Parts: sequence; C-alpha cells; structure tokens
Amino acid sequence: MTTQAPARGPGRAGSLLPWAIRLERRLEVPRWLPVVTTIGAVMVALAISGIVLWVAGGDPIPTFIHIVRSSFGSLGVLSDTLVKATPLILTGLACALAFRMRLWNIGAEGQFLMGAWGASAVVLIPIVPAGTPSIVTIPLMMAAGMIVGGAYGAIPGILKAYRGVNEIIVTLMLNYVAALWISYWVFGPWSEGGFQLTAQFPHEAWLPRLSDYADVVPAFSGLTVHLGLVFGLVAAVLVRFLLSRSRRGYEIRLIGDSPRAARYAGINVARNTVIVFAISGALAGLAGMSEVSGVVHRLQQAISPGYGFTAIIVAYIAKLHPYGVIVAAIAFGALILAGREIQPSGIPAMIQGIILFSLIASEVALRYRVRLERRGA
Amino acid sequence: MTPEPVVPDPPLAVEMRGIVRRFPGVVANDGVDFDLRVGEVHALLGENGAGKSTLMNVLDGLYRPDAGEILVFGRPVEFRSPRDAIAAGLGMVHQHFALVPTQTVTENVLLGLPRPRFRLDARRYDDEVADLARSHGLAVDPRARVWQLSVGEQQRVEILKMLYRGARILILDEPTAVLAPQEAADLFRTLRSMVAGGASVVFISHKLAEVAQIADRVTVMRRGKVTAAGIPTAETTTAGLARLMVGREIFETIERAPFAPGPVVLAMRDVEAESDRELPALRGISLDVRSGEILGVAGVAGNGQSELAQVLTGLRRCSAGSITVDAVEVGNKTPRDTIVQHVAHVPEDRTGVGTAPNLSVADNLIMKSYREAPVARRWSIDTGAVRRFANRLRETYAIAAPSVDTEARLLSGGNLQRLILAREIASAPRLMVAVQPTRGLDVGAIATVHRLLLDQRQAGSATILISEDLDEILALADRVAVIYEGRLVGLYDAAEADIGEIGLRMTGGMTPAVAEPGAPPVSVA
Repeated sequence: MTTQAPARGPGRAGSLLPWAIRLERRLEVPRWLPVVTTIGAVMVALAISGIVLWVAGGDPIPTFIHIVRSSFGSLGVLSDTLVKATPLILTGLACALAFRMRLWNIGAEGQFLMGAWGASAVVLIPIVPAGTPSIVTIPLMMAAGMIVGGAYGAIPGILKAYRGVNEIIVTLMLNYVAALWISYWVFGPWSEGGFQLTAQFPHEAWLPRLSDYADVVPAFSGLTVHLGLVFGLVAAVLVRFLLSRSRRGYEIRLIGDSPRAARYAGINVARNTVIVFAISGALAGLAGMSEVSGVVHRLQQAISPGYGFTAIIVAYIAKLHPYGVIVAAIAFGALILAGREIQPSGIPAMIQGIILFSLIASEVALRYRVRLERRGA
Repeated sequence: MTPEPVVPDPPLAVEMRGIVRRFPGVVANDGVDFDLRVGEVHALLGENGAGKSTLMNVLDGLYRPDAGEILVFGRPVEFRSPRDAIAAGLGMVHQHFALVPTQTVTENVLLGLPRPRFRLDARRYDDEVADLARSHGLAVDPRARVWQLSVGEQQRVEILKMLYRGARILILDEPTAVLAPQEAADLFRTLRSMVAGGASVVFISHKLAEVAQIADRVTVMRRGKVTAAGIPTAETTTAGLARLMVGREIFETIERAPFAPGPVVLAMRDVEAESDRELPALRGISLDVRSGEILGVAGVAGNGQSELAQVLTGLRRCSAGSITVDAVEVGNKTPRDTIVQHVAHVPEDRTGVGTAPNLSVADNLIMKSYREAPVARRWSIDTGAVRRFANRLRETYAIAAPSVDTEARLLSGGNLQRLILAREIASAPRLMVAVQPTRGLDVGAIATVHRLLLDQRQAGSATILISEDLDEILALADRVAVIYEGRLVGLYDAAEADIGEIGLRMTGGMTPAVAEPGAPPVSVA
C-alpha cells in the first residue's frame, strides 16, 4: 500500500510498446460514430478471419473474392443471396424490435418454426380445400404463420410480464419445444410415406417467384427470389414507422430506456411486454411461412440453418435499426450462401462468430475515446 | 500506514497550478489554482457546472489536464488513473458510490487490492476494518452486506475504502447531497476527527451553510474560474460567498401572494401502505390539501415520504384507506389514472424515474402528453407537433440544451429539473406532488424551481411539497405537516410554525400520537 510505483491500470497495454493505450470515457457520441465503428469492426473481423484462413493454409484474398463473387457475382447468385436474406430480414426485425425494449427474445428460431408449422397446417390439415386459389391460400397461410408465431412469442411475454420469469431461458427452451413439435408432425401425422417430411404443397400455396414470370421477362429465368422478400422490406418500413412515429413505439422506446420512467409516465409495462413479444413472434412466424411457402414448399425438419439465431447477430450489426437489418441480413445471406461454396461448415460460421465478437468489442469505442500516449515521464 | 514524505518542509498537501481542462464546447477549468494544506478541511464551493467536480477529477487522475501542474506533498505528479492517485495517498469519494450490494463491508473495502491473494481470512480483515472504522468514528458493521446499509452508511464504507488504501487526502464530492441532516452531522464529526489526526479534506459543495460549518478555508469557483482562492471561512459571510458563487445577490426572501385557499383538491383518509421490504411505511395518514395551497411535508429521510408520494401517483398500492383528487378515488389506481386526474409528479429520482436518460429532450417532454392532441393523432405521433411543443417548453422554461434532440443525460441537474417541471406544469395539474425538488441544485436553479411552484399555487393547483430542507418548506409552504415513522405527528400553519418544535417532532422527540396544540412535550432523552 505504500508503494510509489505507478499502478498498472486497466487501460494499459503491454509495456513493450513505446506508447500506452489509454481509454477515456466519452461524454457525447457523435452520430456518425456507430456507423464507423460497425464498419470498422466488420473489417477487423475479416482481417482476423483472413489470418485464420492463412494459418489454415488457405489464401485469404482469393477466398474473400470468391465469397463476394459467389454471392453477388451474377444475377443468379444475387437472387440466391436475397432468398437467404429474406428469413433473416424478418427474424432480424423480430429481434431488433424486442431488443429495443430490452426484451431478450432469443426464441426467434422457435417462433420461425411455429410460423412455418401454422402456415403448413393451412394446406396440410387442410383448412382450405384442395384447389383453393393462391389469392385466398397465401393470405391465410400468412395469417396462420403470424398468429401461431405470435402466440408462441406471447408465451414468454406473458410469463415475464405477470410472473417475472426470465425471458431468455423461456425463449431458449421453447426453441427446442418447437423443433420437437415439428418433428412430431413430420414423422407422424403429416409424414409422406414414412419419410420425415410432408407432402409437397399444392402450387396454390407457393409464393410467386421471379422465375414464374420468365415467359414474360426472359431475364428472370431461374431467379428464385420470391414474394417473401417484399414481406421483409414492407415489414422493415412498418417496424420503422411503429418505432419512430407511433404512440406504441414511443412507449417501447421509453420502456427500453427506463422502465421506471415508463411506469411513471403511466405506461403499462406488462401489457407492452406481451404485445412486443407477440409482434416479434409474428414477424419470426411470417419468416417461417415465407420459407416453407417460398422455398421449401413442404414442412420438414431442416427448414432453418439457424436463421433465428443468426437474426440476433443481424439485429446487433444493424444497431437495432429496421433498415440496417435489411443491409445486415443481405450480408449474412451472402455469407451463408458463399459458405456452402467454400466449406459445408466451419469457416463461414467462424467468420460469423468473429464478426459478432468484433462488434461487441467495438462497443468500447463508442463509450470510450482511445488515446495513444508516449511512455516515459 | 504510509511513512511521512521525505520532501523537506511539506507545506501543502496539494498544489494545483494553472489547470486547464476542456470538454467539447466548454472550458470546464480555465487556469485554476488550488491548494490544500495538511490538516485542513478546504471547501470547494460553486454552482452546478462551475467546474468543481472536474477540477477534483483532474486531481484524482480520472481526467488528464490539458495544461497545468499538480504537486502532492510537494512532489510533482502526473496521475494516469485513480489508482495512481490512491498510491500517492489521495482518494476521492464520488456522489455515486461504487459498491457491490451483495458483498459485505469488508469485502467491498478489500475489493481490487492485491492482498488477500487467495484465501480470505474474514475474521482478521473484519477486525482490521472495524478498528479502522472505530479509530475514525465511522460507525459501520464490517460484516453487514452493503444492500442492507443506509445511504449514509454506504458513504462511510466509501470513506473506509480510501482510508484503508492509505489515503491521507480525501476528496468528497457533494457528500451531504444524499444525507439526512443527522447523518451529515455525523459525517462532519468524522471529518473533524480525521483532520485532527493529520488528514486533509477537500469538500465539494454548493451549500453555503454547511461550508461555513465545516470548512477552514473556502475556494469559490464560477464558470471554470476561481473567484475566491482559499479564504479563511471565518472571514467570510454567507451573503458574500453567495455573491462570489453566482455573481449576483440572492434574494433570500421569496415574494408570495397571500394565502387564499380554494376547495379541497386532495383528501387522504387513513391511508396505509407498505415499503418495498413489506414493512409498514404509512400508518393511517389523513390530510386535506386545498386549491391554491402548498402543504409542506417535513421529516427525516426514510419516514414514509417516498411512499407517500408513490401512493398519490399510483406507483404504490395502499393497503388501506382512500385517496381522492377532486372527489375522484385515485388510491390503488394506475399511474395513468392519476395522470388523467391531473396529478403531476416531480419525482425524487430525476435520472431514474423523472426522465429517460438516453431519449431526447423532446421525447422526455412529451412523457405525459403523448397520448393526446396535438402531439398524438390517434395512434400516431406528429413529429412536427412534438418539436413545436418541445421548443415552446424549452423557451418558456429556459431549458439550456443545444436542441430538443439532445439526449436528456447530457443536461445538468438544474436543467433536468426545469425539463421535468416544464412537462409537469404543462399537464395543467390539479395536484402537484413535488419530492425534493431542489436537492442537488445550485442557487439559481433553486430560485427557478421555487418560483415555478409558487406560480402553480397562484394558478390554483394544490401542492404537496416533500422536502428534507426545512428552510425550503418554511419559505414555500402555507401549512407544514411533520411525518415520523409513517405517521403525521404535527400540522402547523407555516407562518406560526416553531422550527424547534418541528425539529423535535421530526426526530420523534415528541409523542407521535397527536398534534394537539399545547400538548406538553415529552422528554427528549
């Protein structure tokens, strides 16, 4: 306690360097800074990924070029990228909305599956007779997907609002319940000849794709991008409007920043918790509907490679901004698509992980000013 | 614990020369000189935003100065962090404590130290902490968990932390802001005994009375500069210090219109409520407040004042009794129901309850009006109307913010309170519940708050003013109610109130049963 030697503060880097890194708390965060740190974090993440690739014996630059080319290089792959981005936009919005109110909904995966199940039920139970035109079937499937997903999302909302149950645990666990629920139906009642998948949906239950119009516009031939993308874009606009221009959105932002201030302002926090969870679940459910109706055309176990989990990263990269979600979702759609080109698993997942860690680390730059100081004195 | 410094003839504990520290847009310290002698309490006086805390944060190593030099015990220092500062014998206790609520006092004191390395010999360290506490007159149980402690006790733990680390120079940033009068008196006694033992204390404050009471010398700052450097307190007058602090004369007397009470607005009958710990907090409160009347509620902190404000504003359930505003029951209703009845609330906790720190000034100003026209149009919010509404309030109430888009957390305490009052007054209150409305504010802001509350009285609203500052209550209130252990133990006309008697009732020195005039005082022992 009597030592006069300067203490080694947490902001000090290794003493081998001629200067020390110092962190100073920021009083104000300039508007441009979050954008810059986000881009910077992604660049750093790519650099680290490049090093790992290089150590593993790969050649990073061509690899990245290959990733870009195989996801944006032609109209065809761009379309495939957008197909992958579609469920990410919707689930990303689901997470971003809930996170705005500091509700940690990590159950978008489960809500996605339940939405897919609800949409499938419309044609598999069937609720509508065979041969019902698309104009009826599709909206019914959308409604079913959103209602089932929303109801599934409302469960953790109700438990949190009225019983104080931690929503992280409930949403996480419900993901497993949803996956088993799907398994039950595809192995059992809806199994197609004993295989673990259902019969293919009738064409009336397919979301229109660009390639459907190839006879009118030949360039659309082979393009798989479907109407679900429009759902995602419209949903982003609606969520943006909800958050910044509606009374409900004001309540969500206020609760998200200070639940006590919200209560003081006469806001019913419990009711908003349920509502936001339900909307969040409905968005994820719509993503599930869009995936079974636009891509898979049947219900089976492997309809999601973890869209609902990737959505968490997407929402964070977007800084919880609805339009940012679109950009981040497309970037991750590209990564998923290109990942298959490079390696079935491993490298793409690693890049995703490194990006997430870099982003979390970059939060420091938002809160602190980094200073380099000469040593000595 | 630390050997005497080897520097010959150490005349000063701290010497700061020409300190400059800039923040974006402001020069918080503009060439400030400050010195602290060994064995003195030196008050640093100034309004909010005068640069006091900045100067001491520079001294403590939290901020680096842009220019200037610092000597501690005659030795030039360049602290890079509070760790460096404490190593040189200099410790600061901030307004917001850095304690771990679930750990014991001893564990908090030891936190971050190199020893004990691995195994915690609890008894040995408990004894050490207890001895240290006793030797400085700091009454605190080393085995108690911090969450169980009152604010005053937590502050003692912070001081203990610094002493345990060998601090011989103690910087206290507005230490009395969170304390009840009795706790403040205890603190002053501790500080006296510490300086008698050779320690040196910097005491940051903006309260003239306590500076006169505790400090040997005083340095006054205004707008980043020193307006009076280290003058002996004995040679100062309250009025003179106030002038140096604000640069203008303060008019202690508040002009007010004669008391003209209207009909009863608030009626409470036998209201009971429990505290967060499910102990009785209000025990049969009955009172009326009329239109055009300010009822002051005097009491030592923790006697049910917070709960009283909460039951009136729907934030806490009553276990018994009724509360009506304009003859409409609001007891056990939601906060929303009280807002509909035009109950306005200036809460005790400005940053945690009264505002949402990361939302804009505009968003904070519409907290009570976002449901109605012109701000709302059905379920949407008219952003143009929000801006017009917010700008109008910002100008009317002189809220100093660069724009209404500025985040509320960047506002100073006085401006935050202006924002809250602006919002609450704009809701056309019938009943105004103001809790500690001027705590922690500077003289100028206090005058503004007082004027606004009196304007509301003039406009015919009923006001409940809950304050620990008896002078404030006597200056503003028409009637004074004294609360002690959840009961009303006295009700006086402010004009005829006897401070001594109120003080006695506040501290439970009189039978709590009644406020009958002429009841003989019971022994005060």
